[in-house]
Amino acid sequence: MQLDIRLPMGLLFLILGIILVAYGFVSDPAIYTAHSLGQNVNLLWGAIFALFGGVMLYLSRKKSA
Amino acid sequence: MHVLSLPPLFAVTSTVLLELAPVDYLILATYFVFVIGIGWTIRRYMKTSSDFFESGRSLPAWICALGFIGANLGAQEVMGMAASGAKYGIATSHFYWIGAIPAMVFVGIFMMPFYYGSKARSVPEYLKLRFDEKTRTFNALSFAVMTVFSSGISMFALAKLLNAILGWNFDGCILVSSLIVLVYIYTGGLTSAIYNEVLQFFLIVLGFLPLVILGLQDIGGWHGLMTNLDAYSVTKGMPGAWSSSWAHMGSPVANPIGIEWFGLVAGLGFVLSFGYWCTDFLVIQRAMAAKDMNSARRTPLIAAIPKMLFPALVILPGMLAIALYHKGGTAGLALPIGADGNPDYNMVVPAMLAKYFPHGLLGIGLTALMASFMSGMAGNVTAFNTVWTYDLYQRWFNPDASDAHLIKVGRVTTVVGLLISAVCAYAAAKFNNIMDMLQLVFGFVNAPLFAIFLLGMFWRRATGHGAFFGLLIGTVTAAIFQGNTLPVGETASLLKGGWMGVHQLFASSMAQSFWMAIFAFSGCFLGTLFISLATKPNRTDDELRGLVYSLTEKAKDDAGTPWYARPAVLGVLVLSATLVLNIIFR
Repeated sequence: MQLDIRLPMGLLFLILGIILVAYGFVSDPAIYTAHSLGQNVNLLWGAIFALFGGVMLYLSRKKSA
Repeated sequence: MHVLSLPPLFAVTSTVLLELAPVDYLILATYFVFVIGIGWTIRRYMKTSSDFFESGRSLPAWICALGFIGANLGAQEVMGMAASGAKYGIATSHFYWIGAIPAMVFVGIFMMPFYYGSKARSVPEYLKLRFDEKTRTFNALSFAVMTVFSSGISMFALAKLLNAILGWNFDGCILVSSLIVLVYIYTGGLTSAIYNEVLQFFLIVLGFLPLVILGLQDIGGWHGLMTNLDAYSVTKGMPGAWSSSWAHMGSPVANPIGIEWFGLVAGLGFVLSFGYWCTDFLVIQRAMAAKDMNSARRTPLIAAIPKMLFPALVILPGMLAIALYHKGGTAGLALPIGADGNPDYNMVVPAMLAKYFPHGLLGIGLTALMASFMSGMAGNVTAFNTVWTYDLYQRWFNPDASDAHLIKVGRVTTVVGLLISAVCAYAAAKFNNIMDMLQLVFGFVNAPLFAIFLLGMFWRRATGHGAFFGLLIGTVTAAIFQGNTLPVGETASLLKGGWMGVHQLFASSMAQSFWMAIFAFSGCFLGTLFISLATKPNRTDDELRGLVYSLTEKAKDDAGTPWYARPAVLGVLVLSATLVLNIIFR
């Protein structure tokens, strides 16, 4: 049995998502006005990354169970 | 900034477009830990040479498909397609809808049964089984040189880009990127490369989507984009050409690509596209790693689904950039201006990242870009070490090599391949012309290639001599064609063409290369045809079983296969969807 790629992939995207969300909370709102049309994209897109990572992790666990 | 305290490898050298924050570095570092970690984890599965070079033929179709598409979705593609999106508009999607999808469907449905079913370990090995040793060696040699060369070009482009936008040291980038690729291929072989292509695929998709969304919001949605592109196209003297893919293809002077529909469909859509997707071992290797015949056939078909949607991800940012650039003012986008007074189209992606991505997301965008450069290198290196080890080393130097010895050779080849790539990267930095020249020569060798596969797989009478000399005739035809034609506005030279006399002018160099491909293919096709008829068949029908269409039992789906897993059904669906896209964006 080989390594299921969804396990490391899920972990990676989950961690990246958490980093983005955390940074979204602590970062200066001015950077969002300057770049992303005033939207806190780190918070939003971090959540999407984490969600994707979570789904991948779930799929990898489900298969091995 | 504590510039002096940084190690010399990363010393800042020039004015920079982007500054990274600690969070961006954290994201980059996290990714590289995972990349190396994956190689390290799967190294214990590398027991036989088949594990190392062919992933033990064990991977599910979806992983092979994402590897198939990921190996092709290098950073040059991401940056180049955005640049073309800015230069040519929606018509750039021809490189996907005409220039990829039909060939991907063809290879999955018609050709994969022979590649996978023949038990050949590489594309050159298929040529040996079907034709003879000389055809195989010719193909293996040109392919091996081409792959290390391409890997060097990726390395060069990565280092040059990071140097330009971040001010990182050129040598440092070459060293670090080759070390990372070395570690994960050395440990995990093809599986490692494919797994990283899958990671990179999702990183590019999820990392670039916000760029498109933010750009669209900024310009006022699709309608705003079209309005601005139309206004821009008027200033270029081709009203409407940026917002339609077919309407301006009647004549080469009516569209910015400089090509008419026939050259586009026959040159790009047939010869070049089929030549790449159906014969290039770099992509075929991914499908051959699949666990069974059905998965191998579905690999390019599943890959075609994201492929047909990629224009939204890689071409749209370029179209947005040029529309925003045209809009100008504070709401617009400032693109660096190149030496010729036009915007520097190659900087479209970095400029968009700098404008729309705040720190955090910026780290993701940059990671995605670096990941795709490195998987571009890794893809070439894995194809190179397989072809070198099986088709050249084992055949010519050590036919009795043990399996364990072959893995060792594969690993050493990985190191050597990366070293040669690095030399190529420096050569590219120093002698721009030599690289262009090499690329031109590869163009001559590659253009006719599809003809011998087509005849080999579908005409049992094609012979080894026919294929080999047909290939030579096709290559010479390409060179002669190039020597007699020239793009408008260029002076005759070895590189641009016309060195034998200018007998035909083309509206663009792209049109010249599409037509060159058409001629090279025809030359090779006719050459192979006539020489085959004039020579004795060198393979018996028995030897050709499994290699030629008429002598091979048709690949049948198992009775229990659901409709969505049947290659023929998938193929029809993919082609229909592509047709619909062409009609919508005509």
